[in-house]
Amino acid sequence: MEVSLDFSPIFERWPMLLDGAIVTLLLSVAATVSGFLIGTLCAAGRNSRFRIVSAICAIYVEAIRNTPFLVQIFLIFFGLSTLGFTLSAITVALLALTINVGAYTGEIMRAGFDSVHAGQWEAAECLGLSRLQTYWHVVLFPAAERVFPSLSSQFILLMLASSITSQISVPELTGNANYIQGVSFRPLETYLVIGVMYFILSVIMRQIFNLIGMVAFPRRRRLGTPL
Amino acid sequence: MNISPDNKAVIVLRDVEKSFGQVKVLHGVSFEVARGQVTVLIGRSGSGKSTALRCMDRLEKVDAGYIEVCGHVVTDPALELRKLRLDVGIVFQSYNLFPHLTIGENIMLAPRSVKKLPKKEAADLARATLAQVGLGDKFDAYPEQMSGGQQQRAAIARSLAMQPKVMLFDEVTSALDPELTGEVLRVIERLAADGMTMVMVTHEMGFARRIADQLVFMHQGKIWEKGHGSILDAPRTPELQRFAAQEL
Repeated sequence: MEVSLDFSPIFERWPMLLDGAIVTLLLSVAATVSGFLIGTLCAAGRNSRFRIVSAICAIYVEAIRNTPFLVQIFLIFFGLSTLGFTLSAITVALLALTINVGAYTGEIMRAGFDSVHAGQWEAAECLGLSRLQTYWHVVLFPAAERVFPSLSSQFILLMLASSITSQISVPELTGNANYIQGVSFRPLETYLVIGVMYFILSVIMRQIFNLIGMVAFPRRRRLGTPL
Repeated sequence: MNISPDNKAVIVLRDVEKSFGQVKVLHGVSFEVARGQVTVLIGRSGSGKSTALRCMDRLEKVDAGYIEVCGHVVTDPALELRKLRLDVGIVFQSYNLFPHLTIGENIMLAPRSVKKLPKKEAADLARATLAQVGLGDKFDAYPEQMSGGQQQRAAIARSLAMQPKVMLFDEVTSALDPELTGEVLRVIERLAADGMTMVMVTHEMGFARRIADQLVFMHQGKIWEKGHGSILDAPRTPELQRFAAQEL
């Protein structure tokens, strides 16, 4: 069997792949930030004294975790247009990715919050800190530090899963690759190239998370010990 | 049932009852603590000492009875918890320092975020209270870099930095070996000498007898005897007799 690989039609369209990679990265970073905010609020919401709040958060998490991402995207995409909202594909993609990763982040952060000993809450309470102040100063950072590896993995997974948004014609890396393989008739080469590009993007994101960890957790940076 | 101004009791417990589920842990506990007085609760594990102490800071809600601390009616459902906590400092057996913050940050946190003190003033305050507990050089250390005794002294400093009127100590040396226990107890003794009103739960009987203006002996959720340290020498009840014989 003879295998002949010809990458030249793909490298000719290099700028398109680069644009796609940039869209993928921006989409992922934006969804990571907003998804982390939503997930953290959701985790706190599940511990809320108000039952209705914890119920809403639980329903959200279960609804997202038990349905495929592709179906979620289609539901949001067609649902919004049926309701009369005309949003760009990239906006819908950002929305869907945020909602999706928010639910998973919520579960991870909840594990983090649960890992903070009740004595920490008590100590903060006895010092006069409000619940919000306790979350911010006492609970959030140790919780995030303990689950940081899981959070990083989840957000890298999100970046990889963003390839599914090509299905609603978002011009991200996979979407552009789909176009290139269509016009070059070189699918194997095309997907080999973007496979490598996704790998590089993952490595870049991991480095970014390492940097964030260094800045956010000074105790760990100085002592190097786990909490 | 309010305390008249001529009565100097800072803490009043009257007929306090408390159950955890089916288990009744406090059966009508009553005692008072005067300003500047040191009261030590003694008794076996499970006798209700810690629960009584925690009720004073509303970490537990009582089922019946009346508690007043520094003029705050703790048993009033409409009590403003934050006001109570500004007047009461509490130190726990497990230190409960915040592990991700340095000792200095641990101490500055409440003065800054609750009392809105500027950073500079809060730092000065933290250094002063650290010096008070003999940890002047530990401002930038993290809790895990210190011994248990040092951590507990830092926890005391953290409470003191809020300038409470009353300090509660819940078995603060139970996790420490004798040497470290000694250094923590010396800090507490100095506080007592400075006139701090204190209630403590401890198993250190020698220390209890030495420091207490009032000893309160609890057994199975009831107070059996209270009075000066001498109650240990001449117990009137068989319960205290047995306890004293075992502990001393």
